[in-house]
Order: sequence, then structure tokens, then C-alpha cells
Amino acid sequence: MSAATSATHPALRDPLARRRLGWVVTALVLLWPLLHLAEFHPATLMAPANVQVMGNFLRGFLPPSVAPDFLGELLAATLQTLAIATAGIALAFVVALPLAFCATRSLSVSAIGPANGRWRGRVLRQGMRTVMVLLRSIPEIVWALLFVRASGLGPAAGVLALAITYGGMLAKVYSEILEATDARPARALLQAGSGRVAALCFGLLPVAAEELVSYTVYRWECAIRAAVVMGFVGAGGLGQLMDQALKGFVGGEVSSISLVFLALVMLADAISLVLRKVLA
Amino acid sequence: MSLRFDRAGLVHPNGRLGLSAIDLSVAAGERVALIGPSGAGKTTLLRLAAAGLRPTAGRVELLGDDPWTLRAGALKALRARVGFVHQAPPIPPRLRVVTAVLAGRLGHWGLGHALRSWLLPDDIAGARDALARVGLGDRVFDRCDQLSGGQLQRVAVARTLYQAPALVLADEPVSALDATTADAVLRELVDYSNAAGATFVASLHAVDLALRWFPRIVGVRDGAIAFDLPAAAVTPERLVALYAGDVGPAPERPVESRHWVTLPFESA
Repeated sequence: MSAATSATHPALRDPLARRRLGWVVTALVLLWPLLHLAEFHPATLMAPANVQVMGNFLRGFLPPSVAPDFLGELLAATLQTLAIATAGIALAFVVALPLAFCATRSLSVSAIGPANGRWRGRVLRQGMRTVMVLLRSIPEIVWALLFVRASGLGPAAGVLALAITYGGMLAKVYSEILEATDARPARALLQAGSGRVAALCFGLLPVAAEELVSYTVYRWECAIRAAVVMGFVGAGGLGQLMDQALKGFVGGEVSSISLVFLALVMLADAISLVLRKVLA
Repeated sequence: MSLRFDRAGLVHPNGRLGLSAIDLSVAAGERVALIGPSGAGKTTLLRLAAAGLRPTAGRVELLGDDPWTLRAGALKALRARVGFVHQAPPIPPRLRVVTAVLAGRLGHWGLGHALRSWLLPDDIAGARDALARVGLGDRVFDRCDQLSGGQLQRVAVARTLYQAPALVLADEPVSALDATTADAVLRELVDYSNAAGATFVASLHAVDLALRWFPRIVGVRDGAIAFDLPAAAVTPERLVALYAGDVGPAPERPVESRHWVTLPFESA
């Protein structure tokens, strides 16, 4: 702001320009050491010895394996992964819904006025946000390992792990989508004596539904990938199959499994597209 | 007493003065128009009256209660009896007209009833009746984003009629309507107020409409009440004084040349 006063034509200078440039420079200065910390050396990938090893491995990918008993195994594993992801997301949704509902500022009745219970409302919302942070701060793979090692669970470990971590993630993004939605319709309803759930349904969801659904389907897609990763630590499904194929250097099976990944992501994309069209 | 301001004032959280020491009483069934230049505090006054803003000084009583001393349940019940027509209709564009109107009764419905009606509108006849009163009886199942700005404003009026409140507060309820439709919509609100014995307080920038439909006129300027008179006692001089200087960049322009002040007297 003060930059404007020193300029020759103060009115013609964008008062924010200098500050914006400052932020860009700061971001670059901060990013550079991070690249070093992350040991980001793309040249290593291109070293002749490494190219040789990778080349051999990749050559083994073709053709994808279509052995009948492997395909049977692949189908079963795919269904299991889908089941883990879907059950996990469903449980996560059940966890997230009440958290997001309580944490959304636009549905606060006491904020109108403001009325007497405002501090109680703020404390409750902050509490909910803390619960969300706790839920999603530990990666699902850690939960999965814990459940597999401690309780000997198979696929159920993946489901529980997803419910916890993704519950926190869904709740956070749901409440942020709802808060980014125009709050006036819901406020107007609350100001006319409506309940909070009704204000959500009649005031916020008509606008936010599309984005909420699209985000949920995207999270389901992420849950499929997460279910695969958790398979590597013994939670079953495609991950476990991939683990065996990679350890045995069976390139054909690896590529078949990878093609299934591709198909699953395309499926999620198609579902999202259809749902958004329906809700638009 | 339907509405009572007792030395009520409001300072916005950013320190800007909204209203200072307002004294105003409105009897049950009375009709009052608020007029005054843009930014005078008409909307703030209405929001205080609707228990949407809490006064930072003094007291506001509506329908016999001080809303800010009530428990949450009683406040909710009180708010359900107050209808508010907002200047910009707060209706999500994707809502269907029927659902937007039915939402007027959410304050009276339990959660089960509300959810049922959200999924499947349950009082289509009631919604259509309210819509017919504002000339939109044939748009029941359209989506609100298919309506024009003026039609959406009428849907908001229909919602308030459907709510059937004891106190109707309207903030520029006909600002997006042409003169004929504006007149017809105000007539409906006045008819409702007469039939139900409901108090009706509206802010209007069209002075001619205020004088035609409201027996009592309150002039608001700079966050205070400039005059509070029967419509017949509102003289052109008072109006000129009320709106004086409200021209923005060219304050030297003669006030008399602005049609919205002279209009009521040309048409009278």
C-alpha cells in the first residue's frame, strides 16, 4: 500500500503489484532448498546403468498376461479392492457427515445477531475441526499396517483405515465446500426459524451438491489407489497381487494389473461425469 | 405492540455507525414504510426488527419479546413468526420454485416434515396459491434459475406469503419490478396484512409507492429517524430535505430535477 505514495503517478500504479512480486520471490526462495531436501535429482534416472535395468524390466511388461487362472485371480482381487474402497468410503461418509455439519459456519444459528451461544458454537466448531485433523493426520497405510499386524485383519484392515483417514478428509473438504457456498439462502432460512438440517437441505445443498458429489467420487477413486497400496502391506486385493508380481519380476502380470488400474480410474471418471450431469 | 425500538443503536463490527438511538413503535396490524437515501440505515433497521442483527445499544422488542434474552428454542419459534423479504432474493438458483416457496414454512415444520417436503414437495396447492398471488401460478415446477430477476423477487414474496407471519418485514421488496407489477405485488402484501392482521414494515425507494400503500411513513437519514408522519403529512419539502445531498459525485445538482422525488406529485 505504501508503495503507491512514492510512485510518480500514484493513481496509475497498482498498489498490490510490489507485494505480489514479493510473494512470488518468497515462494521460489522457499521451494529451492525443499527440492534439495527431497533429493530431487532427475539426472540419476537417466544414468546408463539405471536405464538398462528399467529397460529390461519394462520389456517384460509385454505382452500383458492373460493366463486364465491369473485372470480369475485378477478379477477376484479387483472386486476385493473395489469392495475395500467402496466400503471404506461409505464408512468415511458416515463419519464425515456429522463432523462437517457441525463444523460449517454458515449453518450457525448463534452467529446471527450474534446471539448468546456464539462462543459455545465457536468452541464446538473448533473441536470438530480438531477431530478432523486427528482423523486424517495419520496416513491410512499406517492404520492398515497396525490393523494387519496387531489384529491379523485382511481386507477389513483396509476398510477401517480408509474410514478413519478418509472420514477426516471428507469432513474437512465437505465443510469447506459448504462454507464456500453462498451462505445467504441458509442464513435467510435460519433467520426465519428453520432448523439447521433443513437450512442445509434447502439452502446449501442445492448449490453445493454437484461439487460435493464430484469430490466424493474423486475420493472414492483415491480410495481405490489407497486400497491397492494397503494391499502391499497385507490388506488383500490388487495390491497384494501386484506385490507378488513385482517380487517375482513377472512383468506381464504387472502390466495386466496396471491396465486394471487404468480402467478403474476411467470408471470413476465416467461415474463422476454422469452424476454431475444429473445434478447440474 | 408488534415492534418496539427503545433507544436502539447499532455500531457495525468494523466501527461504522449503523443506527443511533432509534425510538420507534409499531402497533399490531399497522403498515409502515421506511424511506430515505441509500445507505441511510433502512436495511439495518429492518434487520434489527427481524432479530437478524443484535442492537449494540438500547433494546428491540418484536411481537412482545426481546429476542436476545430468549432461549434458543423460543427464539426459533419467534423467528418463525417473522417474515422477511430480502432485497436480493436469497434463493439458490437450482431450487425449484415450489421448493423455494415451501421453504417459507420450515420454521413451523419438524425435521421429518422438512426432509419429506425436500424430497417430494408436499403442499403443492399451497405453494401454487401463494405463487398465483404474485402472478406466477404457472411457474410452480420451474427451476429458479429459469426466472428473471423480477420473477425471482416475486417468488421471495410468495415464500413470505406462504410463511404467513405475524410480522412482515420487507427490504425493497419490489425494487426489481416494473411499476405496474410492483404496485400489484405491494397490493398483495397489503391485502395479506389486512386479512391476517399482520404488521407490515417495508423499505421502499419509490416514494410514490410508499405514499400510496402505507398510512405511516418513517424517513431515515444518517442512521437516525428524520421524521415519522402520516402519509398525508409528508410534504415535498420534507422529501427534498430527506434526500438532500444524496447525489454522490455531483452534489450541486438541483434535487428537484430527480424524478424519483418529484414522481409522486406528478402522478398525483
